[in-house]
Amino acid sequence: MERMLCAVVACLMALGLSINGASADPVAAADVKIIDGEVKTSLTGQPGSAVKGAEWFKNRKLGNCLACHANPKMTDEQFHGEVGPSLEGVADRWNEAQMRAIVVNAKEIFGEQSMMPAFYRTTGYTRPLKKFAGKSILSAQQVEDIIAYLQTLK
Amino acid sequence: MATGLFSSTAAKLVAAAGLAALAASATAVLAGPNDNKLVVDGKEYVTKLPGPEGGPLKTIYSGWNFRNEATQAMQLDDFDNPGFVNVETGEQLWSAVDGEAGKSCASCHNDASESMKGVRAQMPKWNEKAGKPLALEQVVNACRETNMKAKPWKWESNEMLSMTAFIGSHSRGMPVNVKTDGPMKEWWQKGKDIYYKQVGQLDMSCAGCHEQNFGNMIRADHLSQGHINGFPLYRSKWQKLGSAHRRFKGCMKNIRATPYKVGGDEFVALELYVASRGQGLSVETPAVRN
Ligand code: HEC
Ligand code: HEC
Ligand code: HEC
Repeated sequence: MERMLCAVVACLMALGLSINGASADPVAAADVKIIDGEVKTSLTGQPGSAVKGAEWFKNRKLGNCLACHANPKMTDEQFHGEVGPSLEGVADRWNEAQMRAIVVNAKEIFGEQSMMPAFYRTTGYTRPLKKFAGKSILSAQQVEDIIAYLQTLK
Repeated sequence: MATGLFSSTAAKLVAAAGLAALAASATAVLAGPNDNKLVVDGKEYVTKLPGPEGGPLKTIYSGWNFRNEATQAMQLDDFDNPGFVNVETGEQLWSAVDGEAGKSCASCHNDASESMKGVRAQMPKWNEKAGKPLALEQVVNACRETNMKAKPWKWESNEMLSMTAFIGSHSRGMPVNVKTDGPMKEWWQKGKDIYYKQVGQLDMSCAGCHEQNFGNMIRADHLSQGHINGFPLYRSKWQKLGSAHRRFKGCMKNIRATPYKVGGDEFVALELYVASRGQGLSVETPAVRN
C-alpha cells in the first residue's frame, strides 16, 4: 500500500515536472490560451533558436512571413511582401509574449478578417486541403524559433 | 505536389532564372496597377474604368495592368501572343465534322465571327433547358452532346481550350456584360458568398487578396483584382492556355483549401460573380499572364 502511494506520488511529481521541465511535450495548439493579447510561456518549455527562426521566416512552406512583411534585415532575400507592415524594429513595438500570441493566432489579436494566418491552430478551418486538415502551419518549436528571431529585430 | 503558402510560382521562377528575378524586382518597386494602355491592332481596350456606385471596387482594373511590361507586350501583338495557336486550332475545330449527327459547329452556327460575336462577354448565361446558368464550356459540350451526338470535351482539354479561345476571340474588345438579375440573382449571391468566405489552412478569402490587397506584392506576386475578362488565357507558368476554373482551383490550393469541382455549380456561381465584378472591362481572350 505504502509503496503504491509512493508510486502515485512519484508519478504525479513526474507529471508536474513534465509540464514545466525541459523534456516536456509541447503545449497542444488547442490548449494554448491567449490572455490579454499575450502567451507568456514558451510553447515547448525550451528557448527558440533565432538562426532557425530566420529560416522558417523566409521558408515559403513554413512561416513565409516575407510574403506579407518586408524585413530590411533580410537583404539576401529578393522579394518582400506589402500586405502587412514592415517588421523593422518589431521587437520595440511588441514584447515577447505579445509576439507569441500574434504568431500563434493573429486572428485573436487583429480580428477574424486579418490577412495574417494563425500559425499554431489546428481547428476551426473551412475546407482545408486534406493533407493539412487538423494540422497547424508551424510546430510549437518553429513558433518559438520565430519568436527568438523576431526579438532580434530592433 | 508541394504546396507553398499562397503560391508556388514565385519560388520556381526565382530558382529558374536569376535574370527573371531581377526583372521582377524592378517592377516590385511600383505598387499598384500601371497606367499602360492596351492597344491591339489599333484598337484600345478598356482596362480601367470607374466601379459602380456602392460596389466593392472604386476603380476596376484588368489583370493586364498589374503585369510587368515584358508580359504585357506579349498581348499587344497577336503574333507574339502564344494563345493564338489555340485560336487557330479552334477555328479548325469549328468546321470539323464530329459525332453521329455528322455535323460541325459551322453546320448550324455558320460564320463564327457573326454568330459568336459577344457570346463570351455574357458568360456564364442563364440556360432555360438546364434551369441554371452555364459557363461557355458547358454550352459547347451541350451542343456537342445534343446537337452533334459527339462526346463532350474535357474541361481543360486542348480542344475545349481552343474552342473557348476561338469563340472568346470574337468578343475581344467588347465589354463584359453578365446578367445578375432574375433567376441569376440566386447564383450571383452564391458566388459572392464563396468569394468572401475565408477558407483553407491559411484562412483567407478571394476578397482578402483581390479586393483588400490588389496592387500589393505578396512575396514575388503582384496582386491584381482577379478578373476573368481574359480567360481562357495563356499563362507562362502553365506554358499553355487555362480556364478560369483552373485559376480558381489554383488560388484555392495556394491557401491550402480544398477547391470546388472544376465545372461544378460552385465554380460556375463564382465565375458569374467574379465576371460581374469586372463588368465593363474589355474581353481580352486569349490574354497573357505570367
Ligand atoms: C498573408 C499575410 C501575412 C503573413 C503570411 C504574415 N503576416 Fe504578420 N501581419 C499581416 C498583417 C496584414 C498584419 C497587420 C495586422 C492586421 O491588419 O491584421 C500583420 C501583423 C504582424 C505583426 C505586428 C506588426 C506590427 O508592427 O505591429 C507581427 C509581429 C507579425 N505580423 C509577424 C508575422 C510573422 C512572424 C509571420 C510569419 C510566421 C507573419 N507575420 C506572416 C499579414 C501577414
Ligand atoms: C445542330 C445544330 C447545332 C450544332 C451542330 C451546334 N450548335 Fe451550338 N447551338 C445550337 C442551338 C439551337 C443553340 C441555342 C440557340 C441559340 O442560342 O442560338 C446553340 C447555342 C450555342 C451557343 C450559345 C450561343 C449564345 O448566344 O448563348 C454556343 C456558344 C454554341 N452553340 C457553340 C457551339 C459549338 C462550339 C458547336 C460545335 C462544337 C456547336 N455549337 C454546334 C445548335 C447547334
Ligand atoms: C493569397 C492570395 C490569393 C487568394 C486568397 C486568391 N488569389 Fe487569386 N491570385 C493570386 C495571385 C498572386 C494571382 C496572380 C497575380 C494576380 O493576377 O493577382 C492571382 C490571380 C487570380 C486570377 C487571374 C487574374 C488575371 O487577370 O489573370 C483570378 C481570376 C483569381 N486569382 C481569382 C481568385 C479567386 C476567385 C479566389 C478565391 C477563390 C482567389 N483568386 C483567391 C492570389 C490569391
